[in-house]
Amino acid sequence: MEQQEYIDKLKPILAPYAKDQEALQRLTRDTSFIRDLKINSANLVDVVLDVEEAFDVEIDNESMEKMLTVGAAIDIVQAKQDAR
Amino acid sequence: MERRVVITGMGVVAPSACSLAGFEAGLREGRSGIRYQPELEALQFSCRIAGKPELNEALTGRYFDPLELRGLSSTGIQYGVIAGMQAWEDAGLPLNSGTPDWDSGTIFGNGNSSVEKFREAIYKIDEGQVRRLGSTSVPQTMVSGISAYLGGKLCLGNQVSTNASACTTGTESLLLCYERIKNGKAERMLSGSTSDSGPYIWAGFDALKVCTYKHNDNPEQGSRPMSASAAGFVPGSGAGALVLESLESAKKRGANIYAEVCGGHINSGGQSGEGSMTAPNPDAVQRCISRALADAGIAASAVDAINGHLTATTRDALEIHNWCIALGRKGKDFPPIGALKSHIGHCLSASGSIECVAAVLQLQKGFLFPNLNCEDLHPGITEWIDASCVPQQMEERPLKVVAKASFGFGDVNACVLLRQFNN
Repeated sequence: MEQQEYIDKLKPILAPYAKDQEALQRLTRDTSFIRDLKINSANLVDVVLDVEEAFDVEIDNESMEKMLTVGAAIDIVQAKQDAR
Repeated sequence: MERRVVITGMGVVAPSACSLAGFEAGLREGRSGIRYQPELEALQFSCRIAGKPELNEALTGRYFDPLELRGLSSTGIQYGVIAGMQAWEDAGLPLNSGTPDWDSGTIFGNGNSSVEKFREAIYKIDEGQVRRLGSTSVPQTMVSGISAYLGGKLCLGNQVSTNASACTTGTESLLLCYERIKNGKAERMLSGSTSDSGPYIWAGFDALKVCTYKHNDNPEQGSRPMSASAAGFVPGSGAGALVLESLESAKKRGANIYAEVCGGHINSGGQSGEGSMTAPNPDAVQRCISRALADAGIAASAVDAINGHLTATTRDALEIHNWCIALGRKGKDFPPIGALKSHIGHCLSASGSIECVAAVLQLQKGFLFPNLNCEDLHPGITEWIDASCVPQQMEERPLKVVAKASFGFGDVNACVLLRQFNN
């Protein structure tokens, strides 16, 4: 999958949690879930569960802690997919 | 000088209606909210009828955003938030000002905490899927979930707490809020209580054999407080909410005033004498009513109507007896008494608040709602009071003072005196 494909697939997953919808439309690898999208930190666990389901991967605790930006999320998902 | 406390807003989510106007119309016409529940039959309940508010997406969508609605399986939180926000709107107060209102708080009661959400969580936990609980488990299953939700939605900056005292909860909430304002600790307090719907809440009562199994084929005749053929209560659910406010604050805002809270009393029979976990100690009930009158500075002779607890179990006659002793009034001298549970069943932890909303409407608009299903008054009741004290038809009648009491498991009691507001 290309980077843009990942971003396009992440956008609807993040949509219900993002309080800043404009930042969501401008989603890039550098977009931060909390700082830019203004996602409530408690909802990060829900984002992770939705990402797991959409990409059919399981994200461990250590990876979860690092999953704070779109780029980090893509790298983690790619690594899990490659490891399969 | 002691501060006066008035009621300036109300909201209700009841089996008969999910709006204040609909609820009042239902009260007047004696609309039953009791329906046959196929789910209870499938689960082999003895009692297969219940009272359940009919929510719809338009209503939930008005008070919850789409993210909040994801995984929101607690019916009690839905009912309580809708009723609480309705009451706040009705009082003309801002829904979310963006900054905490230090002078506004809530004590909003509950009986159980989101049993449906617990059930989901327990299944996942037992399957080794703790991590799949997500973020919604704690806010819904913590006992104070309902007050926490309301505190955020209304941006409350004063006390935000949940009380619990079984079926006394709602009336207790009203008195706790009243005292906080009277003592100068807050200007506005949202009083209320909620109760979840469904088999996991009602099952324990079914097992205790305190619910009727005789009216599964005619649900609307099932809830029969004060009737000789009463065979147990019909479980209900929902939420009621009332905005209590210092008279000073209400006047400053030019708020609509429904009624004045004059005082009341909360006590327990200590599960001694005739009292137990499930039965009331009559001495405590009588004392609660007398103390409430004394606290409010209202003579027993001035009580124009009673909104009773009256659940449709064998204890109804005892309740009437207790009112007679406490008020020193009987026969034709007894004030008219109403049992809202004949319309909507026993809404458990929500019953006190929903019934307080009804009592305030009765007082403000001047009417006695019809008692349903008691054509055959229990002889233990007519032994004490005249049959005319149990109106079975809607009656317009100006009322100055209404007494409301609730009693609950644990041998706990609460009684409040409400008066028509007079400047």
